[in-house]
Amino acid sequence: MAVAARKAGRAGAGAANKTTSTKGSTRGAAPNSPQFDKNQDLSAYNEMLLIRRFEEKSGQMYGMGLIGGFCHLYIGQEAVVVGMQMATKEGDQVITGYRDHGHMLACGMDAKGVMAELTGRRGGLSKGKGGSMHMFSKEKHFYGGHGIVGAQVSLGTGIAFANQYRENGNVCLTYFGDGAANQGQVYESFNMAQLWKLPVVYVIENNRYAMGTAVSRASAQTDFSKRGVSFGIPGEQVDGMDIRAVYAAGQRAIEHARSGKGPYILEMQTYRYRGHSMSDPAKYRTKDEVTRMREEHDPIEQVRRRLLESWKLSEDELKAIDSRVREIVNEAAEFATHDPEPDPSELYTDILL
Amino acid sequence: MAIDILMPALSPTMEQGKLAKWLKKEGDQVKPGDVLAEIETDKATMEVEAIDEGVLVKILVSDGTDNVAVNTPIAILAGEGEDVSAAASSAKAPAAPAQEAQPAPTPDMQAEGLADRPAPSERPQQTDLSTPAAPSVITNRTSYNAMAEIPEGTELVNMTVREALRDAMAEEMRKDSSVFVMGEEVAEYQGAYKVTQGLLQEFGAKRVIDTPITEHGFAGVGVGAAFTGLRPIVEFMTFNFAMQAIDQIINSAAKTLYMSGGQLGAPIVFRGPNGAAARVGAQHSHDYAAWYSNVPGLKVIAPYTASDAKGLLKSAIRDPNPIVFLENEILYGQSFPVPKLDDFTVPIGKARIHREGKDVTIVSFSIGMTYALKAAQELEKEGIDAEVIDLRTIRPMDTETIVASVMKTGRCITVEEGFPQSGVGAEIAMRIMENAFDYLDAPVIRITGKDVPMPYAANLEKLALPNVAEVVQAAKAVCYR
Repeated sequence: MAVAARKAGRAGAGAANKTTSTKGSTRGAAPNSPQFDKNQDLSAYNEMLLIRRFEEKSGQMYGMGLIGGFCHLYIGQEAVVVGMQMATKEGDQVITGYRDHGHMLACGMDAKGVMAELTGRRGGLSKGKGGSMHMFSKEKHFYGGHGIVGAQVSLGTGIAFANQYRENGNVCLTYFGDGAANQGQVYESFNMAQLWKLPVVYVIENNRYAMGTAVSRASAQTDFSKRGVSFGIPGEQVDGMDIRAVYAAGQRAIEHARSGKGPYILEMQTYRYRGHSMSDPAKYRTKDEVTRMREEHDPIEQVRRRLLESWKLSEDELKAIDSRVREIVNEAAEFATHDPEPDPSELYTDILL
Repeated sequence: MAIDILMPALSPTMEQGKLAKWLKKEGDQVKPGDVLAEIETDKATMEVEAIDEGVLVKILVSDGTDNVAVNTPIAILAGEGEDVSAAASSAKAPAAPAQEAQPAPTPDMQAEGLADRPAPSERPQQTDLSTPAAPSVITNRTSYNAMAEIPEGTELVNMTVREALRDAMAEEMRKDSSVFVMGEEVAEYQGAYKVTQGLLQEFGAKRVIDTPITEHGFAGVGVGAAFTGLRPIVEFMTFNFAMQAIDQIINSAAKTLYMSGGQLGAPIVFRGPNGAAARVGAQHSHDYAAWYSNVPGLKVIAPYTASDAKGLLKSAIRDPNPIVFLENEILYGQSFPVPKLDDFTVPIGKARIHREGKDVTIVSFSIGMTYALKAAQELEKEGIDAEVIDLRTIRPMDTETIVASVMKTGRCITVEEGFPQSGVGAEIAMRIMENAFDYLDAPVIRITGKDVPMPYAANLEKLALPNVAEVVQAAKAVCYR
């Protein structure tokens, strides 16, 4: 059930490691999840915690009126982007939709610059002209930050096209949600990517709700790993709450794409704890469902337990990590609160080169 | 240090709400992410989560309190090991920052069902709200001499627009390996209108790429490739089909440079035939010049002659910005003299005075020039000396050349095949009002395609398009003849 699109002869080496899941629900750490060493767990913990704390702070600052417009938080989904980034090599690109703060932090973009963009200040990564949904960094190979649902899928396919054109050996990780997966251009892109064997990994972050619409109410085929079947694109479902499973699947998918075999689809079964955006009344799901996910499947808590139990870290050592992360986030918030707004002269800059 | 927990806003438009329920009580230890309380408005409920770790030492606003203003302290959190009584007392000082009104909410917020009240917020010290002047009114007048584009004595060879476009692409592809062409039937078939003839043979399948019929998808692929610095030429079999791709052209190609604060541009050319051909019906006859010219972040080019087609396409391919290059199927087969130069380019954004005159200015572009030029000949017979300006670039529009001409003639008519409302002619008329109103001796008249979908029947199609007689009549009208 887990890997329907995988074709004989296309299977990656790690097929045995794939995680399983049932339709519409995300399981906790599967017993056969690949193991992390201590350094991997530590690094995963640090990075996921940074995203979690950053997003909590964003939510708070939004509540204080410092952040305007839309603000889509990544809380709950941290293992997906952090695990995938662990499987990349220098030069591999990332592109995503509007729930993008986590991706930017995982790509190594400066927390201060991200936060100052959220508050619309001149020190923001887009000089305050992009906002929460629009940040970019060529240096960190992050191509946005796109607000039109699904548009990043053809753009990411184009970045992969450029990789093939330049023969640079890089892979473009193209993220989109279960909602975007129903957009037409996704399938136009799948077709071209497989036709031309482009080095792209499509990471479908299935957090079970497209805004307020549950997957089962919007999708005739709710197994998103099968969405490439008619193009012959292999796909698999992954427990997106277990960073080890994400990392292992990411390695398989990226290796497949890098070796010239074409695109690969990973359906990351994940969950967002917060609303679609800050102004989401969340009437489409029960509180129990959210509580259960947080208590039983939290991606950060899983790593935290391993650090305490398997790697024998002390509570104090974890606390030290927490306060370091908190310091980064507080500094970012401080900067983003006091940095001035863009100069009015910026209104007419950056329209054309 | 004690921390005030403030009443959060669910949206930038929320001013107050009900503190429905506390889920923690005084003395409870809380961790980041713990849900402290629930708040409600008439539209939504939301949980207040702890951001910091500590002990909830005091609840300041009790369960069930209505109309709690955003940013009011609702509880006090004491840090670990802190003297709780000291924390509680130290928090008596008002903590909410000075507040100022925030700009009105966007329509998007309203679309999400939010109230349209401004929200309080802490604003930075930035009081200068005067808008910098938009560069639409001419302040510095410079004269541009399009005649100097071709050096005197240059050999001219007759060539069709189709061949000129092909040569432009081939020359740029020879010079720059990052330039490639993609589109439907551009390679094996040699171009649906044979514009890419021979390119596959010279440059190979890696750089001349047949796409599936998938405009939205391949436009996005082109823009993505351009983000990385490649220079795609994306051919649309016609711009009618680019409607499927217009989101990628506008939202991705045109806006990203601005949204990235100048970091990431898209050096891409979208090209193909635009406007009416002959008897192809409403869905294959649309002129998009006005549409794309409405968008900041794009340059829009619509040449008439083969020489301009070649020189402007070469400039477009080299330009670091996204460019919409509007060709015309009927013009493809027409021949014009083209300078025989190794590297002939025409600057983007400069109109050309195709015919000098003193009595009336006729501004047009692309195939509209055929009506304008024929009308000028007719008018000459009647003793009216028309100046005909070929815009060549629709955006950025060469207002200077138009205005200088109108200051001379005092009269202007515009000619285009597109629809009248919000058309290129409407824009030209407005620019003349802004820059040369006092010089006008008559109102500007626009000659356009009629305000109807393009009919199929030969007689109706003819009626729907502009014609020479209309242009002549309009020119005589503004000359009071």
